[in-house]
Amino acid sequence: MGKPRISVHKFSSCDGCQLAFFNLGEDLITLAGQVEIVHFAEAGMVAPEAEVKVAFVEGSISTPDDLERIEGIRERSELLITIGACATSGGIQALRNMRGNGWRESLYASPEFIQTLDYSTPISAHVRVDLELWGCPISSEQILHVVSDLLRGVVPSASDETLCQSCKRSGAVCTLVSAGRPCMGPVTRAGCGAVCPRFGRDCYGCTGPVSILNTSSMVHCFEGLGLLPDEVEQRFRMIHSATPQFRKLEESNG
Amino acid sequence: MVSRSGVPMEAEIVERLQESESVFTLRLRLLDEQQRHNYRFEPGQFNMVYLHGVGEVAISIVSDESNRHLLNHTIRAVGRVTRGLEQMQKGDVIGLRGPFGRGWPMEQARGRDIVIITGGVGCAPVVSALAHINRRRKHFGRVAIVEGVRHRRDLIYPDRFARWQRMDDTQILLCTSEPSAPWPWHTDRVTEHLGKMDIDPSGALVLLCGPEGMMISAARVLQELGIDESSIWLSMERNMQCGEGFCGHCQIGSYFVCRDGPVFNWTEIRELLAVKGI
Amino acid sequence: MGNGDDPQFLPLTQLERLLRSLRDAGYDCIGPQLKDGAILYQSLESIHDLPHGLSDLQSPGSYRLTENQGGRLFDWANGPSSLKPLIFPPHENLWRANKGSDGGIEFSSYTPDIAPLAVLGVRACDLAAMERMDHHFLRPEKQDPWYRKRRESLLLIVVNCSHPSDNCFCTSTGTGPESRSGYDLRLHELDDGFLIDAATDRGEEILQKLELSPAAQQMVEEAKEELERAATVQGQAVAVDDFRPIFSGREDDPIWERIAERCLGCGNCTAVCPTCFCHREEKIPTLSLDSSTHQRVWDSCFTAEHSMLHGQPVRREIRERYRQWLTHKLAGWHDQFGESGCVGCGRCITWCPVGINLVAESAAFAVPEEGVE
Repeated sequence: MGKPRISVHKFSSCDGCQLAFFNLGEDLITLAGQVEIVHFAEAGMVAPEAEVKVAFVEGSISTPDDLERIEGIRERSELLITIGACATSGGIQALRNMRGNGWRESLYASPEFIQTLDYSTPISAHVRVDLELWGCPISSEQILHVVSDLLRGVVPSASDETLCQSCKRSGAVCTLVSAGRPCMGPVTRAGCGAVCPRFGRDCYGCTGPVSILNTSSMVHCFEGLGLLPDEVEQRFRMIHSATPQFRKLEESNG
Repeated sequence: MVSRSGVPMEAEIVERLQESESVFTLRLRLLDEQQRHNYRFEPGQFNMVYLHGVGEVAISIVSDESNRHLLNHTIRAVGRVTRGLEQMQKGDVIGLRGPFGRGWPMEQARGRDIVIITGGVGCAPVVSALAHINRRRKHFGRVAIVEGVRHRRDLIYPDRFARWQRMDDTQILLCTSEPSAPWPWHTDRVTEHLGKMDIDPSGALVLLCGPEGMMISAARVLQELGIDESSIWLSMERNMQCGEGFCGHCQIGSYFVCRDGPVFNWTEIRELLAVKGI
Repeated sequence: MGNGDDPQFLPLTQLERLLRSLRDAGYDCIGPQLKDGAILYQSLESIHDLPHGLSDLQSPGSYRLTENQGGRLFDWANGPSSLKPLIFPPHENLWRANKGSDGGIEFSSYTPDIAPLAVLGVRACDLAAMERMDHHFLRPEKQDPWYRKRRESLLLIVVNCSHPSDNCFCTSTGTGPESRSGYDLRLHELDDGFLIDAATDRGEEILQKLELSPAAQQMVEEAKEELERAATVQGQAVAVDDFRPIFSGREDDPIWERIAERCLGCGNCTAVCPTCFCHREEKIPTLSLDSSTHQRVWDSCFTAEHSMLHGQPVRREIRERYRQWLTHKLAGWHDQFGESGCVGCGRCITWCPVGINLVAESAAFAVPEEGVE
């Protein structure tokens, strides 16, 4: 059995999730020996048409070109794994989904040069996705989890517990309860290592919603902390504004 | 005082058998002679089967037909660990911790008619019980085996069924929901055919395993046939991670399925089975 | 104070000496300290690091510290952390599997490498909780070696609780505010020192190294009064100790649905609960194909993975998960261990972001439903 071939593709995104590979440090060298990285433009390997065992896809479908490219990548990969908020829920650029048409004209002096779709959408809206890694950006730990399983021929799994679980395991003091900060931890998926609450900052939900959550109770909780309705809305309308679980906010707000 | 069983034992795959499209059997031999010598299990117990670098999964122990130094695990490739185990080949080494749990009440079963009802891959936990009965055939009454599968191709252990068929006073009813199944198959669910069993309901003891819905309806029909509810035993499945009643995942009501089960008496668990999401 | 010998008096000025004696006897010491807006057990260098003149204000979903006018060191109820992380840490390496060149796997067990640890400022509720954890991890027929190693390394110095929070209910669970057994050394804080007694040989050895005087009758009286006040001031009480008859047959009661409307399903209650023992077993991810380390990690019955069976959770809804937690804690625990799983520390109430109150919610099941007019 040869080394599994992998590729890393970029769509509409900031490249930050690809950095999770570089941030593997020593493990990156090990990884390079265990897999054949055939396409990873940011690292210098360019072969976007290559057939691979696993394609990692960063970025959302936001332009006509994105739309065209993703189909081929799906066809040429055995497993397709999205990395990061953009690829998984549409990302921060999906904020424009709420504005409808006309935002282009209001932002750019020469809007005719901007070729984008009206909506920014996740990869899963267009092709079958085998696994989604949530995060903005994803962590090197998440990459390790996945690759460690792939190397053993096992389909990897992703975390589906609340951020509070990893926060409590880290020994951090709950910032919501002890300081009244509107922490999104109770509705957010673990994966980042609770990096914000560990430094006393309230989570803003960059790893996306956990599978079973109670948005309306979270909203009422934030209201109880003194947040005004638009402040509550902004908590949910950051990184993952387009994800259906956070969009339920309208119903919760009545 | 006995410590937690701790680390797994090395087990070599002596043979790998493909039972159906997604079901396979690993015939295993413990590598350490002392461990192999000391290893004893009761029908209905399970091992935690370990795939290197991936994790463990609870699988019931099937006795080997031809070699008492081997033990078998029949596994359906559905989850992360089991799909990985599926790729293991003869000569590969995996890990085993066990045996764990409470098995079938074989002592209580002595001298009585035995009813065995299974569904799907559910039949693996009863194979060791059948082997036990077969080895001591005259100590047990009549045996009725009712096996339900969705499709004929889902039936595993055809050789074993053929052999059980040849056991004295043994009746086998194979059922499938597949239409137009040929003889000797019965169409419909297992519960539709329990009335055909040639056993004495007043003294019979029942071993049930399979999907919970099937076990619940079977238990109801069996009682209608006159079998006492305390004579019905069933093998439960839950998420098991430690196997020794520590990790808490397998709890159903007050029971740790890994330790108090996986075999339960119907009267112990009937109320719990009636509750969704318990 | 409870049973045992007559208590002696440890002047405040001698507390540092207690700490030194513990270190001289080979113990690492931890004690309560102010950190990140809460009182946490931290490595204790000096008694000056103890939370001097601080109290906690706890209410459902809220925890705040406040300065009080007194100068006491233990004038608070409890912090977010119990003894649980010391005996059952959030991550514990269990065993390692190394693949040999012959294809075999060499398995070896990890043993926690820990020095004897003295904990100053243990609360009665947490001590009771640890005894309940003992009943789970140190069963007569099977013991968990990792837990046992950590448990045996502890020297426990309790300080009776004179300042229960509004969320406390240890009087009703019979687990506080006074510690009556299970400790090595017991302190009762007074304005200028402590009543002190030992319950074990290890505690007695430390006691011998201190300069103590017999406690005056008036001190003993004062301590007794404080404990009585701490016991009676608690604003809430569990309806009964054993909820089995109350929860029986109520699996589909609409009360569960009402709780689930507020419950976030986040599992904070299980993480702060000093008796919640659920853990998952998982590997530490590595790219090495030769070696793999397996650990246990705190888990919660509020996660989907907890009840995962054939790729689907048995308990899909928050309603079912909360029901599992509460019925296990207050009812199922009696079947399993012959006692309640709740020790009245109130942490699940304080640290629930939406302030769901175990006492009030369980009481709703205990009162007869009002008749429909």
